[in-house]
Amino acid sequence: MMSAEKKHMALAICTGCDIGNCIDADKLTDAVREAFDGISCISHKSLCSEAGLEELRKFTREKGVDRLGVAACSPRVKTAEFSMDGIYVDRINLREQLAWVMEPGEEDTQMCAEDQTRMVLAKLDTIKENTPYLPEQVYSDVLVVGGGIAGVSAALEGAAAGYRVHLVEKSDRLGGYAGRIYKTPYNEIDLSARTSEVMSHPGVEVHLETSIESISGEPGNFFVAIRNSDSATLKVGSVVTATGWKPYDPDKLSALGYASPRVKTLEEFEQSVQVEQPPDRVLFVLCAGSRDENHLSYCSSYCCGAALKQALYIREKNPGAEVYIVYRDIRTAGFQEEFYKLVQADDAIFMTKGVIKSVSDLGNEVEVVVGESLLDEQITLVADLVVLATGMVPNTTSDLKLQYRLGEGLPELEYEFSDSHFICFPYETRRTGVYAAGTVRAPMDMEMSQEDGAGAMMKAIQCIECVKRGEAVHPRAGDMSYPELYMERCTDCKRCTEECPFGSYDETDKGTPLPNPARCRRCGICVGSCPERIISFSDFSINSVSAMIKAVHVPDEFKEKPRVLVFVCENDAYPALDAAGVHRLRYSPFVRIIPVRCLGSVNKVWISDALSHGYDGILQIGCKPGDDYQCHFIHGSELTEQRGENLQETLETMMLEPERIQTRFVEITDHHEIQEIINDYVEELELIGPNPFKDM
Amino acid sequence: MVLIERLNYLGGNVSRFNNYFPKLCPPACGLEINYSRIRSNPRISYHTGASVESICGSDGDFRVKISVEPRLINNNCTSCGLCAEVCPEERPQKLGRKAGEKAAYINNGLAFPMKYCIDPLVCKREACGKCLEVCDYDAIQLNASPAEVELQVGKIIVATGWILYDAARIENYRYQEEPDVVTNLEFERMLAACTREKTKLTRPSDGKTPRRIAFVQCAGSRDVNHLPYCSAVCCSTSLKHALTLESEYPDIHAEIFYIDMRLSGRNEKLLKQAEGKERIALTKGKVGRIVQGEGEANLVLEVEDISKGFRREDAFDMVVLAMGLTPNHVAAGLKVNKYGFYLPEQRAGIIPAASCKRPMDVSSAVKDATACALKAMQR
Repeated sequence: MMSAEKKHMALAICTGCDIGNCIDADKLTDAVREAFDGISCISHKSLCSEAGLEELRKFTREKGVDRLGVAACSPRVKTAEFSMDGIYVDRINLREQLAWVMEPGEEDTQMCAEDQTRMVLAKLDTIKENTPYLPEQVYSDVLVVGGGIAGVSAALEGAAAGYRVHLVEKSDRLGGYAGRIYKTPYNEIDLSARTSEVMSHPGVEVHLETSIESISGEPGNFFVAIRNSDSATLKVGSVVTATGWKPYDPDKLSALGYASPRVKTLEEFEQSVQVEQPPDRVLFVLCAGSRDENHLSYCSSYCCGAALKQALYIREKNPGAEVYIVYRDIRTAGFQEEFYKLVQADDAIFMTKGVIKSVSDLGNEVEVVVGESLLDEQITLVADLVVLATGMVPNTTSDLKLQYRLGEGLPELEYEFSDSHFICFPYETRRTGVYAAGTVRAPMDMEMSQEDGAGAMMKAIQCIECVKRGEAVHPRAGDMSYPELYMERCTDCKRCTEECPFGSYDETDKGTPLPNPARCRRCGICVGSCPERIISFSDFSINSVSAMIKAVHVPDEFKEKPRVLVFVCENDAYPALDAAGVHRLRYSPFVRIIPVRCLGSVNKVWISDALSHGYDGILQIGCKPGDDYQCHFIHGSELTEQRGENLQETLETMMLEPERIQTRFVEITDHHEIQEIINDYVEELELIGPNPFKDM
Repeated sequence: MVLIERLNYLGGNVSRFNNYFPKLCPPACGLEINYSRIRSNPRISYHTGASVESICGSDGDFRVKISVEPRLINNNCTSCGLCAEVCPEERPQKLGRKAGEKAAYINNGLAFPMKYCIDPLVCKREACGKCLEVCDYDAIQLNASPAEVELQVGKIIVATGWILYDAARIENYRYQEEPDVVTNLEFERMLAACTREKTKLTRPSDGKTPRRIAFVQCAGSRDVNHLPYCSAVCCSTSLKHALTLESEYPDIHAEIFYIDMRLSGRNEKLLKQAEGKERIALTKGKVGRIVQGEGEANLVLEVEDISKGFRREDAFDMVVLAMGLTPNHVAAGLKVNKYGFYLPEQRAGIIPAASCKRPMDVSSAVKDATACALKAMQR
């Protein structure tokens, strides 16, 4: 850690990998010495080599350096080499984002290198010592909500790893839906063995017939008020929510004849078959409500397997029975295919692709008209019982009663499932420390629910351990900084509490924000949102970025050297810029790049700082927004778009062309587009002409 | 955690994918986050080019011998690229591989580790030595020999993944004879190369842009002569391919021949999207065989069109076989099921994870790997 009293800044320049051929390192050193009094500088032809690092270590030791700018390659490479104990190191990317993309030996390239270096050093000059957020007490118990197959699995796996688990179930028994079925389908899971194991496990406290009154606090310190015969408060570090699913409401399926007593749902049949003999003719209607824009537009995944299973045990219980299955596609993925084969091999089970035209109760039997079948345009089938394979609807997670201003449950995403939306990070929900598992997260079968319970528990444990170390959990795993608020200047405008995508901020009745740092993902969207500019991280603040902006030397308008400030999202756009370098895709040397945690963290004041400092334009490059957003912080890019509209108005009041500020969205693989975006923008800007505020 | 990877780069098959379903987003985005977690986490180390030689001991106390193949370029590498620039040897042409890729190469611009390596099968070593002359960082070690590393670990997670079923074994589809019959994995890499290099999609035989591409579902899967199980991801994959073509290649028509369209959960929307597109056709029917035709569209598919009830013969200029997945068997001595996938339960302390246990998509693999990490924490 840096010491509070003394502060000695230094710059190390690497001239290897084309940097030395591209720019004049001595001139760069001179420019830096001129801007920063007393700074120590060193340069080496291969800074990352053992000899280079040895020299660098000696240099920093002798000079007592506590913050160091390394002007070399991208921070995405040689990360370990340039990490030094007790020194805050930041990198100036003179390789991927300069030497590999700009004309060597040109004045403009040299100016860019000098600016970019001054920018990082100016930032280093402002950063404060970081004291990680370490709550006095971090609880290691985990709360599991829901005693179905996913919840039971989460509890057992967590307890086996040595974490105490509270398993809360609202009904009087464990097992959930899976616990009530007559026979498990293809995969044999001994649920009753699992539930009795969890009941007697010393590491699991089971709370039956228990509801949650409220959950308040933050990861590491959640306070859970529960109520059964009496009330109690549990103190836990994190939460797994496995509240399961319910069948799609069959009353909405009157077109499939549900009003008739001879028409049942899969679940109803599963219960009735345990007490009565199945009739001689049973017809299954698959996708009853699923894959249907008017009902559930997704596939419920479990129903094909469940219906096939029921067909088989009808035949077992009543060998004289005939079974019809009307399907759209039979979806028995993976090894379940074998189970499908078994059903196909049974001569008394008839399967046909088709669309149900009508279901009519004739008094003693049901007539089903099937269209678009493979046999004929239209066929009519008669059965004693019709079973509708109704789909899976997630239960609400608002039973969690989270005391968050953004709502009591996890946000429900597409089709109302509490998923994470990220393919690569299925558990990284929008509430840090609260992880969804099983069918509340996505339609899935029993085997997958069991695995899902274990996965979510892992994430819950990881969260607790991260909080203990003062680290962010995800996606910026290991980040020890967190937002701090200078409350004296807060105007209770509620911008931060409203815009935080993760509900990090609670608020008082007056609207004063109450931060919960352990909920925070460190995206900095609150930094971007605050009109009073009172929110800052130790190394990312209004001051640090303003200092970077002002460190750039802006030539007067007659020099015809426009300056473009580029805010680049660290997550996808920055690596894409690096890849443009790897591919040696040339772009304009007029850009000055500032990486940001998320585009949403860009504060309006930086834009006006830049315009009054004489920059001609500002380009913001971030991750894709929209339904299939790729923004790692949910709606950072979207916020940028919204704020952009306000900014353009501000520009107009300043009598500036709104086109001077533009926002572009890229994917991480868009290195070719990055080149186009930058060059096209600089070209457009040259047409608009210089910023009239230059030299004012 | 010590990560042992057989190839020279992390990320496996996925690192060479063009995009994921259902969001059609690039895998490099999530990989980058994971790589940066590895870069900054001192509790994780990794070895590339590494394979397990032997495992002894038992649960809680395993000793693992690994052999690490040299990259021929050591850790001094700064990824400056000079070695590749001067390297006179080219790696053999392969679908999805950059044309003229040198013996000294890097996976792609977002590879991890961001270091070059040398293909030992192509490099002429000291007989050439051009890279030695230009490397300023003493990074080239053309005579490096494999290193033996011994690790002491408590648990072992096996995440050896999947490989495609051998397309040549489905003789009716003429994969070996016809250069324009490619597997879905090859097609994926071709699309990835187009994105990376910003080039047009061309067919392998004559470099022309294909007009009509057929996707043959269940190539190997759900077939008693090949793989009796369903490979679970190929329907989503082909729809993803068709939708990618539809949005990025306005001249190409795609037709998917299937038995059942198997999309689970929200992947259903891929089907919904495809159904509304003019340049995507979906036909229920299994492709019997592929025969040689005349002219440019010279791949004739014989299909039983089940919904229309007749036999159809139709010509395409390129065919993508939606191949089934099989386990990538590199860990000998593990218990397998009748299809050859690893059983979840092995001897204590050994935990198979993800697609070596059953065919699954990326999200399920991440999910299962997370669960397996928890099992590895249990005593």
